[in-house]
Amino acid sequence: MKSIPSSRGAAFLLIAALFSGCSLIGTSEEQSASDGGSTPEQVVLVTHESFSLPKPLVRQFETESGLDLEIRSSGDAGALTTKLAVTRDDPTGDLAFGVDNTFASRALEEGVFDTLDVDLPAGSGDYLLPGDDGERLAPVDNAHVCVNVDTTWFEERDLAPPESLDDLTDPAYEGLFVTPSALSSSPGLAFLLSTVAAYGEDWPSYWEDLLANDALVVDGWTDAYYGDFTQGGEGGDRPIVLSYDSSPAFTVAKGSQESATQALLDTCYRQVEYAGVLEGAANPEGAREVVEFLLSEDVQAELPDSMYVFPVRDGVALPDDWARYAEQPEDPYALDPAQVAAERDGWLAEWRDLVTG
Amino acid sequence: MLSPSLGRLLGLAALAALPVLALTAFFVLPVAAMLSEGLADGVGAGGALEVLGRDRTHDVVLFTLVTAAAGTLLSVVLGLPAAHVLHRTRLPLRTPVRAALLVPFVLPTVVVGVAFRQLLREGGPLGFLGLDGTPAAIVLGLVFFNVAVVIRVVGSAWESLDPRSAQAAATLGASPATVFRTVTLPALLPAVVSAATVVFLFCATAFGIVLTLGGSRYATVETEIYLLTVTLFDLQGAAALSLLQLVVVGVLLLAARRARAVAPSARAHARPRRPTRADTLPVATTLLLLLYVAVPVAALVTGSLRVDGRWSLGNYAALTTTGDRQTLLVPVTEALINSLRTAVDATWMAVGVGLLVALVVTRRSRSATERRVRGALDGFFMLPLGVSAVTLGFGFLIALDQPPLDLRDSRLLVPVAQALVALPLVVRTLVPVLASIDDRQRQAAASLGAGPLRTLATVDVPVLWRPLLAGAGFAFAASLGEFGATSFLARDDAPTMPVVIFRLLGQPGQMNYGMALAASVVLAATTALVMLLVERLRVPSLGTF
Repeated sequence: MKSIPSSRGAAFLLIAALFSGCSLIGTSEEQSASDGGSTPEQVVLVTHESFSLPKPLVRQFETESGLDLEIRSSGDAGALTTKLAVTRDDPTGDLAFGVDNTFASRALEEGVFDTLDVDLPAGSGDYLLPGDDGERLAPVDNAHVCVNVDTTWFEERDLAPPESLDDLTDPAYEGLFVTPSALSSSPGLAFLLSTVAAYGEDWPSYWEDLLANDALVVDGWTDAYYGDFTQGGEGGDRPIVLSYDSSPAFTVAKGSQESATQALLDTCYRQVEYAGVLEGAANPEGAREVVEFLLSEDVQAELPDSMYVFPVRDGVALPDDWARYAEQPEDPYALDPAQVAAERDGWLAEWRDLVTG
Repeated sequence: MLSPSLGRLLGLAALAALPVLALTAFFVLPVAAMLSEGLADGVGAGGALEVLGRDRTHDVVLFTLVTAAAGTLLSVVLGLPAAHVLHRTRLPLRTPVRAALLVPFVLPTVVVGVAFRQLLREGGPLGFLGLDGTPAAIVLGLVFFNVAVVIRVVGSAWESLDPRSAQAAATLGASPATVFRTVTLPALLPAVVSAATVVFLFCATAFGIVLTLGGSRYATVETEIYLLTVTLFDLQGAAALSLLQLVVVGVLLLAARRARAVAPSARAHARPRRPTRADTLPVATTLLLLLYVAVPVAALVTGSLRVDGRWSLGNYAALTTTGDRQTLLVPVTEALINSLRTAVDATWMAVGVGLLVALVVTRRSRSATERRVRGALDGFFMLPLGVSAVTLGFGFLIALDQPPLDLRDSRLLVPVAQALVALPLVVRTLVPVLASIDDRQRQAAASLGAGPLRTLATVDVPVLWRPLLAGAGFAFAASLGEFGATSFLARDDAPTMPVVIFRLLGQPGQMNYGMALAASVVLAATTALVMLLVERLRVPSLGTF
């Protein structure tokens, strides 16, 4: 029998230490349960993975309301909607935030949301979901999916950047545009909807021209922006990308006064995200307080920095970068949610056939 | 008094009870719940049949089978020589190389996808191959992620293969090729089939890599289930496809079980030997494989060291922060701790249950019924690999909401889900070795007066130790890299590394992108380090070295 060489002994100790101290078991499920004997009433917010608010703001809300706000975020807006639909008989929380105008009709059809009974702030009237009109869903934020261009790239080549959806099929811009897939990406789907809104029944022929002009369809926003866009990561070679109206605020180099990119405001499709109280919620009153919190001036002012979206409330100041570089379209494309709900599957099937060719 | 065969069946049932209960609660019930949700959605079985009759469904199934088969074949062809070189010869640096080859297993698919595409696209270093957005690119991606499975599973079986039969054949004048074909390969076949089965299931249920490298032009059963569930809300179609997936996987597992049934061979740990001229081809293949794995990883490392077009460690320094404009709720460093803790839990669960399963399915059967029961159990525990993470993830939310399994909000849900994925890896690493132990050794021990536990300790454990370590390391890595089910279940206050990386990649801003790359490198390095440590562990008294 051999003795253990010391390096092995050390390795053994290291692993043992790792395994003994490092487990989730023993970590308490609730950290705030036992101060002063009275447990605060819990309210659970179900949302998607992009949700984020600064911790101090959440803590302030908890102190003022006496509620313990638990946030559970996972998946994208589509996954969130499916989650709400399949758990409608026993919801995983008290309220939901993040169902957008593309998916909202599905959630309403499934009877996921209870009536709202919350006073909506001035300004949110423009963003109500048609057909619901604020009865069950409160608009919380909005953003636009727009074609973005690398202005530096175009300046260097003395070429005028495109301005409209039509321009993207111009041979001058052949092989320059990249967009995420409508099947696997929510901005990709919004772009398909904007072409439907722009061209009506002729949208498939627009897409034929677009693809003939060597537009590239990739999996998701991340691939398009960081993989292919010239201002994304390093090594991208396409100067036109589908992104958001707020994206130019993030491409301002240190010390520069100008953004290296620009959103084309005539190509935008509006996305509005809603919050609502869940049917069968354990704490509907608490849920309503959280909806009011999301619409409060404090949270609305925090939305750009935390979630990259614009507030719906009137009179909320935008951060400097946003005020200067993130311009919003005056008259974006929009479709009736009922029409989207009825025809989305057909559009996607047809789009898929066009792209797979 | 019980008849001996009834007694044996009861013993079997007692050993199998815990694993079966666990799999029923955390796999069968959730999947059944999601399937019935889908089937109740429409007009029942008729509608599901309609989905299966669509042309599109046929294309998707065919594409899945073809790419998965190609990915599996290439993984085996490249992995076998590497398993030999890295587990049987004393090649310099073989331990670090072994650890390095496991790194792709934990890398986030989005990050690797972007790295692959930068190599393959027009104008990229490998653009002349014209592979960007083709099925061939998808297959290459699948091999990148899965070749480690072949190396690990086959390598650990190869390590404990008695070299004397091969030496005898060589002494009798057989050429190295003949020795391999007639002596070594037959003894390794169970392990090869085991590895190939796991790789096939991983390939057939791959998600991110198919979408990223295929440019979303190609659909597999897995991507189609996601699309139907999340974008199109066609739960009925998704349920039909999930059922089809289950049936196909079941048939495959049965076929694999037949192919694995091989006579026992002698087991003894062989000292690694010096590489000889006969090893040229395997060594060359291993180097090629290393290059294949290293190039995308190098691209990743390079990218992580660039800030504003200059070389910098800024991305790494930023890992202790919550990112550009607080993209994250917790710093990346905290997510790393969460990942490690989760992986520890997933590992003990997978190893504990996996060991029981392996013991149950490899005991020699005395009757046809017993053999069938053991065979069915063996297949049963592989099923989680063959089922869509989407179906399982949503199923968890529906099924685990009642006491005693009210776990929807529990911190243990994530490790449980990850253990389900890791379990088949553990089982498949252990079973080929356990199955090849000659039962006469156990009988000899018993006839010398050893009780069942002592027999286990003196006959099984000495050869089981290495594969058990390999399996544990494997489970740990699988847990560190798991994203599909985790993304459904992870809690915001305790996100894992892949979840955090995904979030960083989902927002504009150079710093977020750089941090995502740096975080991927840290995850990869952590995995490699843990693998190195695990490989250094030995039980001295058992004399395995």
